[in-house]
Amino acid sequence: MKNEFKVIADLIEKNRKVLDVGCADGVLMKYLKDNKNIDIRGLEISKDKVQECIAKGLTVIEGNAEKDLKQFPNKSFDYVILSQTLQAFLNPELVLNELLRVGKKAIVTIPNFGYWKVRFHLLFKGTMPITKALPDEWYSTPNLHMCTIKDFVYFVKSRDIKIFKSLALNNLNTSLINKNNLTIKNFFADLGIFLIEK
Amino acid sequence: MNIEKDIKTLIVKKPLRLDCGKTIKDFPIAYETYGSLNSKKDNAILVFHALTGDQFVTGLNPITKKDGWWSYAVGPNKAIDTNKYFVICSNVIGGCMGSYGPSHKNSDNNSILGTNFPVITINDIVNAQYNLLEHFGIDKLFSITGGSMGGMQVLQFISNFPDKSKTVIPIATTSSHSAQNIAFNELGRQAITADSNWNDGNYSSNNTSPGKGLAVARMAAHITYLSKKGLQEKFGRKLQEREDLKFGFDADFQIESYLRYQGSVFVDRFDANSYLYITRAMDYFDLTKQFKGNLSDAFKHTKAKFFIISFTSDWLYPTQENKDIVIALNSIGADVGFVEIESDKGHDSFLLDVPDFLNAIKNFLDKSYIEN
Repeated sequence: MKNEFKVIADLIEKNRKVLDVGCADGVLMKYLKDNKNIDIRGLEISKDKVQECIAKGLTVIEGNAEKDLKQFPNKSFDYVILSQTLQAFLNPELVLNELLRVGKKAIVTIPNFGYWKVRFHLLFKGTMPITKALPDEWYSTPNLHMCTIKDFVYFVKSRDIKIFKSLALNNLNTSLINKNNLTIKNFFADLGIFLIEK
Repeated sequence: MNIEKDIKTLIVKKPLRLDCGKTIKDFPIAYETYGSLNSKKDNAILVFHALTGDQFVTGLNPITKKDGWWSYAVGPNKAIDTNKYFVICSNVIGGCMGSYGPSHKNSDNNSILGTNFPVITINDIVNAQYNLLEHFGIDKLFSITGGSMGGMQVLQFISNFPDKSKTVIPIATTSSHSAQNIAFNELGRQAITADSNWNDGNYSSNNTSPGKGLAVARMAAHITYLSKKGLQEKFGRKLQEREDLKFGFDADFQIESYLRYQGSVFVDRFDANSYLYITRAMDYFDLTKQFKGNLSDAFKHTKAKFFIISFTSDWLYPTQENKDIVIALNSIGADVGFVEIESDKGHDSFLLDVPDFLNAIKNFLDKSYIEN
């Protein structure tokens, strides 16, 4: 299981109720279910991925986060997870609001466009950056609204969303982001993980 | 044809009060089982059949001598694996494969009940079938499932008996029959009653039956079970055993010939009055209305795990109507999974060899059984 998922799993206490939005093949869901006794649900847009989740014995709903989160009542999950998908929505702000409505807390991870490799790629090669976290060419990427860790922090603050924990990931290293090191983390982390609440 | 020896029946002694106000008792429920009930009695799956189905889910149907209606899904090593699970299916009341229905005789004389049979509902149908649990000594089913009208029974059953099944699989169904659904059923009923042989339902007395009307009803309904794309790919404008158009009203096109055939074989196995009664039961089905407009209330007492399945090309019970059930369940935090299966085979997809569908059911059941 990738490091990002381990970090997410560590943020969640045992025996909670969790919704994984864009749960893909359900690797994180399965881990949470088996290791933390989490009552876990998934929402996934791809039919093939939904089938993979069913094969793992996971409860998953085929659907689109931009339309289908509205069926869940307010604060019906302890945590709602959104892993590296926020940038792919037509309206990320709307989805973020829905996550925070449905979940008591939300865990959102973003591929950091401020990562030095991304910056250098654009600066020196002059073409759209391709990195481990951003593997697709400009013409085939699902990403519509790329942001940096700094962008995301400014964004949630301006909307009175509370950040409980911000983590920077670089390969296997995880570190805390705070006010003082934001600029540095925004340069060295390829992934940001945020535990937020509204 | 000795029907009696091939049909197992349970005589329900307990009076059953129907939604129409009448009470029935000492009535037969015809059923069939597959696989065996284990000692813990925790491996039973109750399957509900659709409008024209019967209790013969799989293997050879001893009456029609054709494969059971769900042979693709049910059997040894199949999606619903009868090596593991004990599958029970019964003919709905109102039906014509041995359960109490309009072709049964009056107790006082020898005439058939015909339209003297009470109008029944999906609620009546599942309440009658509930007696099978007692019959087999099953406290809790492992699963209940069915497509189309079978799915309506699934929803009604878990609403009526919230702690009687661990898992619930409604397929290609609805919680409330739509105007379009009612319209198609009415077309079928009108075709039957317009046949002069229908004779207000008393046709068996003179050994004639409204075969033409019933065949037309079946033909019209059959179209609704397929998709436009499926029909086009299978038949297109292909001609039936002829080089050119004949400038007449014979079956020039293959699709015409196909529908005529479907109509004619249906008449041999189905009773026209049963068709009237069962389509009526479907039309009356409105689980949302039963719970005063809040479908979620139908499920608020159950802890069962739901898995809802729809098909992309099903325009009779479209994905959105299945999703409405998912939404109702999610709004009360129920354990519900949902998948829409890609298929161009229309509403009939659930009866056919659609691997994604069959795999999904198999995986859901087998994984849920392990966790049991």
